[in-house]
Amino acid sequence: MIQPIAPARGSLDAALPSGVPWWMRARRVLRSRRLYLAILGVGTFFLRWYMLVDVLRFWRFRELPGFVASIREWVSPNPVYGISLFTSDYYLHIWSSLYRVYSAFALATLLGITIGILMGWRRVFYGLTFPILELFRPIPVLAWIPLAIILLPGRELPIIGLTFLAAFFVTILNTLLGVRSIDPVYFRAARSLGFSELGILVHVILPGALPYIFVGLQIAMGACWFSLVASEIASGQAGLGYEVWQAYYYVQFETMVIIMATLGFLGYVSSALVRLVAHRLMRWRSSVIASV
Amino acid sequence: MTAVSASPKGGALSIRNVAKIYDPDGAGVVALDDISFDVGAGEFCVIVGPSGCGKTTLLNAVAGFDTVTSGEILLDGALLSSPARRPAPGADRIVVFQNGSLFPWKTVLWNVICGPVQQGRMTRANAIRHARDLLGRVGLAGIEDQYPGELSGGMKRRVEIVRALINEPRILLLDEPFRALDALTKSVVQEYLLELYDLVPKTVFFITHDVEEAVFLADKVIVMTTRPGRVLKIIDVDIARPRSVHVLTSDRFLQIENDVRTAIHGEAQKAFEAGEREFA
Repeated sequence: MIQPIAPARGSLDAALPSGVPWWMRARRVLRSRRLYLAILGVGTFFLRWYMLVDVLRFWRFRELPGFVASIREWVSPNPVYGISLFTSDYYLHIWSSLYRVYSAFALATLLGITIGILMGWRRVFYGLTFPILELFRPIPVLAWIPLAIILLPGRELPIIGLTFLAAFFVTILNTLLGVRSIDPVYFRAARSLGFSELGILVHVILPGALPYIFVGLQIAMGACWFSLVASEIASGQAGLGYEVWQAYYYVQFETMVIIMATLGFLGYVSSALVRLVAHRLMRWRSSVIASV
Repeated sequence: MTAVSASPKGGALSIRNVAKIYDPDGAGVVALDDISFDVGAGEFCVIVGPSGCGKTTLLNAVAGFDTVTSGEILLDGALLSSPARRPAPGADRIVVFQNGSLFPWKTVLWNVICGPVQQGRMTRANAIRHARDLLGRVGLAGIEDQYPGELSGGMKRRVEIVRALINEPRILLLDEPFRALDALTKSVVQEYLLELYDLVPKTVFFITHDVEEAVFLADKVIVMTTRPGRVLKIIDVDIARPRSVHVLTSDRFLQIENDVRTAIHGEAQKAFEAGEREFA
């Protein structure tokens, strides 16, 4: 079984014990070796790109957009292909994609956790729904694209629907695992202390399942971006996935790279946000010390 | 005396001819065989016996986590459990579990007040006042906002006992609560438990297989046989309270401890040999 991972010590977005002032956090990050290794690693990557494509013009790599040209295009007020930090189109694509990912993710979180909790809490509900879940879950999101386009009206809803689907199943399954992972002694203790069923749900099941739920949400966020791009390519009119394909189609390779880097950045920030919320909601986990 | 009322609200437990047979695939394992004894209101009763003698089965039947196959259990003269009736677990028979069951995702204070607040028996403010008072008495003032994961094993056990006592249960059920503690911590926590008991004499149903612990804490030690579990001997501990660790070296203590140890040794031997036979 997968174990929920504790935040890595010294990672850039790891939560420090609350009450530590910001400048001490900053100092701790600046002092950690991880930061400098990260900078070195990323720097080396860019250097290789520059050497292989711009300088050496190595076999096959010479077809790719150059490092310098891509950066120049990205920061240009008058980009050759119309997409840069200074054009409104760039932000339109970002906004379209963010809007789709976050509305799909929010819906998947809400429904996924609700259904997952119900499945873990009520045997009958589990018996009814688990076979369907296991039947639908293995179907790749890409296979849903035609059905989504037929079923959902307009161009926006199919994309949100497909993005939702990817996150939905992951969230259900991890929430269910989370409920199952709770030590039965907590249920006994709650009953012995006179908790109502609702009290058990709110104070035992939900917080007890939270570590697994957040593992699920992390995976779900990744799945959202994955299926967003796939469905934007299939049926979009704007958005980063749509634009990356357009750029390829019209041989605007620098734009393609800009969009890819943007997707990478937004994906990272999204995951970091999920981790941040996780640390906020699970303070008790960051303070666990070895004990009997 | 502000936190909890000193006078025990009943809590007399009567166990009459109780048997428990587990029957997975018709194997018919007899866990408890014709157990009968009484625990008076406010009495500290300790059950000792070798592993697998059905101590926990008996506790679970009182707590409402398990049924009995025959016989009946009465609490203050009223039928609590019989083959036809399994009581719902409730705050009048609070259990302190072997491996601890403080909710790790809640603060110490929340853990302590959750019983009365969830039952709607006390207002939050009222419960917090009681909780602070009780925590202070067991040397735990000022840890209200910490999480259980930040506490030592001994502190957790004390918090858990306080969490149980704040409910003013009729009977407190402790299932080898100090098993995981080291010897030094154990003796400190035992003293705290006795202090609380002297303050608020509740009926206590305490399970252990530590003979010294049993005699140190108990008014009455019940020695059980190995499977099938029967009552082998009931030994009264007539050592005056309050007791401190100095009692442990008194002649009377050693004499009673020796009685219990002699009684239980034969059973431990049998349990051991039965184990050997199973492997042979």
